[in-house]
Amino acid sequence: METKPKLYYFHGRGRMESIRWLLAAAGVEFEEEFLETREQYEKLQKDGRLLFDQVPLVEIDGMPLTQSRAILSYLAAKYNLYGKDLKERLRIDMYADGTLDLMLMIAQAPFKPPKEKEESYALVVKRAKTRYFPVFEKILKDHGEDFLVGNQLSWADIQLLEAILMVEELSAPVLSDFPLLQAFKTRISNIPTIKKFLQPGSQRKPPPDAHYVEVVRNVLNF
Amino acid sequence: MPGKPVLHYFNGRGRMEPVRWLLAAAGVEFEEKFLKTRDDLARLRNDGSLMFQQVPMVEIDGMKLVQTKAILNYIASKYNLYGKDIKERALIDMYSEGVADLELMVLYFPHMPPGEKDAALATIKDKARNRYFPAYEKVLKSHEQDYLVGNRLSRADVSLVELLYHVEELDPSALANFPLLEALRTRVSNLPTVKKFLQPGSQRKPFDDAKCVESTKTIFS
Repeated sequence: METKPKLYYFHGRGRMESIRWLLAAAGVEFEEEFLETREQYEKLQKDGRLLFDQVPLVEIDGMPLTQSRAILSYLAAKYNLYGKDLKERLRIDMYADGTLDLMLMIAQAPFKPPKEKEESYALVVKRAKTRYFPVFEKILKDHGEDFLVGNQLSWADIQLLEAILMVEELSAPVLSDFPLLQAFKTRISNIPTIKKFLQPGSQRKPPPDAHYVEVVRNVLNF
Repeated sequence: MPGKPVLHYFNGRGRMEPVRWLLAAAGVEFEEKFLKTRDDLARLRNDGSLMFQQVPMVEIDGMKLVQTKAILNYIASKYNLYGKDIKERALIDMYSEGVADLELMVLYFPHMPPGEKDAALATIKDKARNRYFPAYEKVLKSHEQDYLVGNRLSRADVSLVELLYHVEELDPSALANFPLLEALRTRVSNLPTVKKFLQPGSQRKPFDDAKCVESTKTIFS
């Protein structure tokens, strides 16, 4: 009997949210331990489960995995969300990395001084509209299929939906020039596992607030 | 017609150096097209060669690859430097990501504003000596094998050895307390493909100097 994966992180999105999305989309139940104090974090370090003294940490299949991108690749491969061959995996990597770049900007913004934070969010919206979303709109247009790669659901689709929703929180009409992305958003959101994750009461985390920023600063001491 | 991979970047390390190391270690000959002016970058952007308008870009197997991690993943898979199964790949990924985190600070260091350099160097030294090198020394000690994962060479070893050389340039005694890392570096450096890459005249790039930094400012401004 396989034990459930266990996630160690703050009670917020940060670098763990994409991992929650991927597990949820794959229909995998998982447990979470939330870091609230420096003591908890120091205990994890002393236990030797944090290879580089950093979270996210995911315990899965007997391995303490850190480095969010390593975790995401493992999950994608394990749950058949990584395409059928090397070339499909490459495209999924390129698309996922692009959206991860965008989402990292969003994750880092709350820790900046107010003016820089607002500038970061504005840049995210601009990049989304001019650099990232046009690429994905074109990909969908060129092949006319329902999913980004290989005519089946992959990590790249899940990542893109997550990014779309996060950017919409910053600017609701951001998809107004992208009809195929609008259809994509509806379609992927309606996949049963994802639909469930999008409902209240799921393990999806809300946008970061002042309390979250304070907890992270305290625990990580910066 | 399969030709050699072509790397598009400026003539310096930047984010492309790990790609050069991995191709070289795999024994793959490659060509380079250096961006020298803002127009060079604009041209690449305008002809649709850069998916997200950014370099590095690598032309390989009829494709134009972007996103350094995706590029490295593809090369590692293609040339059997990515372990034998999904669990080995997870470990290789975890180790490679740690290297990449520190390497990014190191590769970006020459391009930082002068006023920020002292603090950045202190951070690099601290992280190398207290976070990353101990972690990899411990991995090697735990299994006593010649390579980080699966008892054979993987991309994690190549990128770690690259990092060791780079950090040593900034902090000459950084490796003093890490005998297993030193041994790994010697071992990997003596592999014929890597040995060749380490010799003068190879496509390995020197530390990004002031001229290189000036040039990249122009291209990316």
